[in-house]
Amino acid sequence: MTKGILAFGAYIPWRRLPRKAIADTHGWFNPALKGQAKGERAFCNWDEDAVTMAVEAARDALIGRDRASVAALRFASTTFPFLDRLHSGIVAGALSLDDGVSTIDVAASQRAGTSALIEALGSDSETLVVAAEKRGAKAASPVEMSSGDGAAAILVGEGKPLATLLAKASRTADFVDHFRSVDNQFDYQWEERWIRDAGYMAVVPPTIKRCLEAAKVAGKDVTHFCMPATLARVASSVAKAAGVDDKALCDPLHANCGDTGAAHALVLLAATLEKAKPGDKILVVGFGQGADALLFEVTPEIGKRAKNLGVAGHLARRKEETSYGRYLAFNDLIELERGMRSETDKGTALSSMWRNRETVTSFIGGKCSKCGTLQFPKTDICVNPNCNAIGTQEPHGFADMAARIKSYTADRLTYAPDPPSCYGMIEFEEGGRVMIDFTDIDADALKVGQPMQMMFRIKDIDATRGFRRYYWKAAPVAGKAQGA
Amino acid sequence: MAKGIKDKVVIIGMGCSKFGERWDKEADNLMVEAYTEAIADAGIDTKQIDAAWLATAIEEQHVGKSATPLAVALRLPFIPVTRVENYCASGTEAFRGAVYAVASGAADIALALGVEKLKDTGYGGLPQRGRGPLNDMTNPNASAPGSFAQLAAAYRAKHKVDAKDLKHGMAHISVKSHDNGAKNPKAHLRNKITVDTVLNAPTVAEPLGLYDCCGVSDGAACAIVATPEIARGLGKKDMVSVKALQIAVSNGLEAQHNSWDGSYFATTRIASKRAYTEAGIDKPRDQLSLIEVHDCFSVTELVTMEDLHISPEGGAIKDVLDGFYDADGKLPCQIDGGLKCFGHPIGASGLRMIYEMYLQMQGRAGERQRKQEPVFGLTHNLGGFPQRNVCAISIVGKYGA
Repeated sequence: MTKGILAFGAYIPWRRLPRKAIADTHGWFNPALKGQAKGERAFCNWDEDAVTMAVEAARDALIGRDRASVAALRFASTTFPFLDRLHSGIVAGALSLDDGVSTIDVAASQRAGTSALIEALGSDSETLVVAAEKRGAKAASPVEMSSGDGAAAILVGEGKPLATLLAKASRTADFVDHFRSVDNQFDYQWEERWIRDAGYMAVVPPTIKRCLEAAKVAGKDVTHFCMPATLARVASSVAKAAGVDDKALCDPLHANCGDTGAAHALVLLAATLEKAKPGDKILVVGFGQGADALLFEVTPEIGKRAKNLGVAGHLARRKEETSYGRYLAFNDLIELERGMRSETDKGTALSSMWRNRETVTSFIGGKCSKCGTLQFPKTDICVNPNCNAIGTQEPHGFADMAARIKSYTADRLTYAPDPPSCYGMIEFEEGGRVMIDFTDIDADALKVGQPMQMMFRIKDIDATRGFRRYYWKAAPVAGKAQGA
Repeated sequence: MAKGIKDKVVIIGMGCSKFGERWDKEADNLMVEAYTEAIADAGIDTKQIDAAWLATAIEEQHVGKSATPLAVALRLPFIPVTRVENYCASGTEAFRGAVYAVASGAADIALALGVEKLKDTGYGGLPQRGRGPLNDMTNPNASAPGSFAQLAAAYRAKHKVDAKDLKHGMAHISVKSHDNGAKNPKAHLRNKITVDTVLNAPTVAEPLGLYDCCGVSDGAACAIVATPEIARGLGKKDMVSVKALQIAVSNGLEAQHNSWDGSYFATTRIASKRAYTEAGIDKPRDQLSLIEVHDCFSVTELVTMEDLHISPEGGAIKDVLDGFYDADGKLPCQIDGGLKCFGHPIGASGLRMIYEMYLQMQGRAGERQRKQEPVFGLTHNLGGFPQRNVCAISIVGKYGA
């Protein structure tokens, strides 16, 4: 048994905003934006946040695996929706992990993802590391242009790893290139040239050097160099200083995704693993109040990895959104007239939410132990009219079952943050059905028989009390799984 | 099987308020408006009423809970009064309470009244409201049109009907109801429309447009029932009696079991069969003279024609387009304008349907009177969602027929 990366997955939201849409809107104010108006950035649907993306990336990583062996979950982000609620606990529930799982949220730095990964690699438990970020940015800011939303998940532990850790190194320095306090919604950033010269260039190369020395690997032998940096030429300058070949620089996904903050180092690692070959050496660096460097070597197991969407598959699952207005609305950057129907109180009975956690968070239904009928939700009496047995329902997970649309509508009357509200009855191929919200779907693409998959999403946001409630929704099966 | 209700109870008086946007009236004014007509029609005194039932569905929007709003509005003399709520089928549910009370002998004369005052929300359509902690966590935030619109998707898929053909059938239904409503002075909507009006209207919930949806109205309707003996004692002739009262309630099968295909109402199919048996009707298409169905949406009316075993499965569009259900057709449906145009003050609707039957059977329906007085009339009152609903059927007819 060898320790290392056992599996990986990623999630990039479906919607992509061409940067031109930003520049077209704000170019009058900040003409410099026009020079950045190339490519597109991924952004969350209104019902997504760091938690929902983490769940989807984790599901992507865990495809075909027994989740019972996951003993620990580390969730890294700087955009957790709650200040006091365990987000990794929500993720663990959505993944139906054993309730004995160890969970920790890792926050407050752009290298939260790499630090969580280092911690996991040093532990004896099989650990799922997820990193997710829903970037916040002021309208017309450089961050709005460079950032994107996304998540990655890396499973580490003993087994047949796809990659093993050769060495790691860290450096801590309270170098404040930007910050965001509890009182502020958005980043405050210092001059870019100073960040490059006094930050990246001073902190990262020595850290890489220590890592490579520990591994007894020369810089020129690094095959892939994954270091998020949105400032121009920083990654190549760091590589050069560390003796890493320019060809090793990995695609920063600026053109088609944007920088996913604390998740980005792991997103780049996932994207690199997707195309890596046995023997490749992958150097991953996280920068933020210091730096983390991790050097991996890819094993022959990479050729046998489970099929999943990963970064490439999620990038291919794409919807261009040319309306900058929709981006503003989804990110709560504009006050829309939402109508009186939106005033309905969406309070949550926390006691009911806890009591119904299997249904609501884990999407577990029932299977009758007498007649085998599947049903959602689980009830005391079997729904099969020829059975109706009492107390025979065994828990049965519905989240990963294939489904198809049975009936649907696109509702323009009811309040929805992204009208029309699409919902309908989906039928699971193995049995059972549910009337449920749809998401990531175009109203004109709705049809009976459309294959659907379940996704973990925000059901309602209670702005009055600052609470948000999660549930599952059905989305079209899209994107081609890749892998062995 | 139980013997049933046939001819055990007759209607001795009915009343109905004008339906519509009654900005100047409270719910109690509407109740009194329906009641004064009914009590005058019955020719009795309030003191002769032994028991009463009140139907309201969205009571939090107007009168609040319990039966006291009815007792207070009518100054009922401390008699038993019960409030019932069973979604949009509440009106028929109240009628059932009153009829059963008389049939049992527990009451000689009983009253059923339904009322709804819906137009105090500030917006069009039904009030948006919570449905309980667990439902709010899992159910789509569905509107009524969004729920019923799904019948169209499933119906098209099942019967391989082109979307345009279905939409045309639905449009004919709405045009017909507007034609009928135009002749009804108490109707909410009295304008005539064309098929193009329906097809060009803004979409509410795909494929339902504005003219596929019934009016949301304020209004009240009232029935007073008694035994045939008591009615005779009051000098009643040409009496209208209750032939059948059936309710079927979803048990979760449609919502949870894959045996239902989403294109029809399982409840209506069952309740109507039971009602025909109770009324002694074996060929509804030939024996019924008039039907009032729960046309909350045009597509509901369309599939209901099949669920009532009148049109063959998959054959409703043809019957509709042939004019079978028009006011001058073989079996008129919604001769008073239906929910579509008479309006839909929820708790009142089931009683409003029976009111129309009662008028037609007595030749009192004015401009919209059917030439040949109907013998058997069926009312179909539905509440909830296609996948989980309450269906109430009444059959009334000439006493002794």
